Amino acid sequence: MDHTNNGKTEPNEFQLTEIEQGIKIIPGVNAVIAALDKVVNWSRYSSLWPMTFGLACCGIEMMTSGSSHYDLDRFGIIFRGSPRQSDCLIIAGTVTKKMAPIVRRVYDQMPEPRYVIAMGSCACTGNVYDTYSTVLGADKFLPVDVYIPGCPPRPEALMDGLIKLQQKIASESFRWSQWR
Amino acid sequence: MKDALRHRELTLNMGPQHPATHGVLRLVLEIDGETVVKCTPYVGYLHRGTEKLCEHRTYLSALPLMDRLDYISSMANDVGYCVAVERLFGIEPPQRAKFIRSMVCEMTRISSHILWLGTHALDIGAMTVFLYAFREREWIMDLFEMLCGARLTVSYPRIGGVRNDVSQEFLDSLYDFCEEFPSRIEEYETLIDQNRIWLQRTKGIGVISAEEAVNWGFTGPTLRGSGVDYDVRKYFPYDAYDQVEFDVPVGKEGDVYARYRCRMEELRQSVRIIKQCIEKLPKGPIMAPDAPKFTLPPKDKVLKDMEAMIHHFVMLTKGPITAPVGEIYSSVEVPKGELGFYIVSDGSGRPYRLRLRSPSFVHVSALPRLCVGSLVADVIANIGTIDVVLGECDR
Amino acid sequence: MTPHSIAEQIRDKFPEDVLEIVEFRSQVAIVIKKERLKEIMSLLHMHSDYSFDYLVDLCGVDYMNKKSPRFEVVYHLFSIKHRHFLRVRVQVDEDNPTVDTVTDIWKGADWHERECFDMYGIRFEGHPDLRRILMPEDWEGHPLRKDYPLKSDLGDLEWKGYRDLIEFSEKARQYEVR
Repeated sequence: MDHTNNGKTEPNEFQLTEIEQGIKIIPGVNAVIAALDKVVNWSRYSSLWPMTFGLACCGIEMMTSGSSHYDLDRFGIIFRGSPRQSDCLIIAGTVTKKMAPIVRRVYDQMPEPRYVIAMGSCACTGNVYDTYSTVLGADKFLPVDVYIPGCPPRPEALMDGLIKLQQKIASESFRWSQWR
Repeated sequence: MKDALRHRELTLNMGPQHPATHGVLRLVLEIDGETVVKCTPYVGYLHRGTEKLCEHRTYLSALPLMDRLDYISSMANDVGYCVAVERLFGIEPPQRAKFIRSMVCEMTRISSHILWLGTHALDIGAMTVFLYAFREREWIMDLFEMLCGARLTVSYPRIGGVRNDVSQEFLDSLYDFCEEFPSRIEEYETLIDQNRIWLQRTKGIGVISAEEAVNWGFTGPTLRGSGVDYDVRKYFPYDAYDQVEFDVPVGKEGDVYARYRCRMEELRQSVRIIKQCIEKLPKGPIMAPDAPKFTLPPKDKVLKDMEAMIHHFVMLTKGPITAPVGEIYSSVEVPKGELGFYIVSDGSGRPYRLRLRSPSFVHVSALPRLCVGSLVADVIANIGTIDVVLGECDR
Repeated sequence: MTPHSIAEQIRDKFPEDVLEIVEFRSQVAIVIKKERLKEIMSLLHMHSDYSFDYLVDLCGVDYMNKKSPRFEVVYHLFSIKHRHFLRVRVQVDEDNPTVDTVTDIWKGADWHERECFDMYGIRFEGHPDLRRILMPEDWEGHPLRKDYPLKSDLGDLEWKGYRDLIEFSEKARQYEVR
């Protein structure tokens, strides 16, 4: 990563260069933004704090991945109990219609930037539970970033999904600013 | 001075999302200071409609749904379902299958009690036990994977027997586990058994007398902590439980500590049962002889033999068409208590009504009785002691 | 005492209420009318020869179009003292689906009756708090009835809370970062 500045000296006058007709940029700013992107994305994906939202069987596999044998702490992942302190929501298990407003409320309480992982086939698409009381997948009412299929997915599969989320965060751009 | 101040109770919502409620259980507590005055549990946040779904599936394809009821001890649920359907149809599984099923049931009992210990201790505050417990659980899950390929939600027991035979490697590993495990139980006990904080938080909490517990419908270690020795393995023996020797631990005081001691002793008894099963395992087939009429025939026969292919086709589309008309209630001792299956059959290959009597549903209904009058911290201890799994409670 | 002899004795004591005694795979079931349910249950609980102290299960069954009356409430009773098991089936018709409660005899019947009401619509008279338990409280319809749809997409029958949630999430979509 590039911690230094873009390595060039500031111009004495402040000039905007025109790159295309009608579009002017501050010269060299994309080098700053790209470097900042890398730093900010690295810090975000290296300490991803998920919220414990184990609903059903996949919750047990999530607990297993978090404990001694398949440690998740080495990725910087610490499970937090409160949505106000977490950055991602791992929906592990079947989402029922009674529970769906509560999942949405917890998601709304999370501060930006926030990510959602749908763990397990029930959270991805509803699995075999196509019944009157189940929501067929968490993406009916939430924006999901990573889908991890399996019933339940192995701890290695959950780690793979988390690493995919880390790669997705690494490829983000300009999300740290208010001019998105 | 106190009368001059206006005071009323605080309504506190321990919402469906809470680290200590073991799933999606919601409790609304009305507390006066630290004392709970009223407690109302709300369940149904994991109701997936299993009973209605089973009415539309054949007996064989309803089996994987039974795994996901009490997802911590899935082998035991499957065995319960298979025993119920076998009793309804009048099928007798072979001896080898019975011993294998008892063996995996006891392995799953160990696995479930270890997880209970880890999470119960974690809620009360002893964090180390959680990490130690998951170490043993990984061992058992590796054994399950060696046996049938799946770690958590296996569909290994089948109607009329089991899915595949056990290998000698599996039996050797299981025997090593049984030799090593009692020392691990002692390790857990050294961590918490004589700890003053543990004793203060568990002795005298959640006391219920024997008659009241039976009246509420408690089963399993939750009931046996109060002094009633009702165990389905002894009262209605199934599989190989009448051919092995084991004791049923029974407590005296009926508090959280008594139930904890019951479950720890059950771990030792389970190891005893598994060792006897390994030693007494008879040779023979693993599926009942008239198996093709109610479960899938082996695949290599299906591709060569006409009759097997016809059986396979009918089984998958219509289900076992030789099902009798009638009803049956059959129960097994899962780690949480008594899991009952009430099946009404109308002669077609699908169950007309499949009712699951789950122990967690009954235990959660008695939470107000246990919690009212005690402190808020004791509510956590009570939830842990009744060992509730919401997948089973809500079905 | 065998369950069969218990069933015979109950039939002798309440001749007009016991409709039939069914035996299948050595389990005995008594089919009764709902009028004197409380008396029969109290007798089974209190009498020292029977002493059915443990109510194992309480559920409903819907026999739509198969037989009439449409519903049945099935009680499974077990006596830990004497080790005998009995099933009592109470017939409930569709026009007046009410049954007496047994919560004052066995406290464990409380939530089972609530679930039976939630799933089938059978009301239990005298129950302290009869409201829905597994479905949301303002849900309409009784899911385990045979004429209730199975699939997740309920169309017009959809629960209001879920419809509101979908509308809200559609509106919130414009604020998402994509």
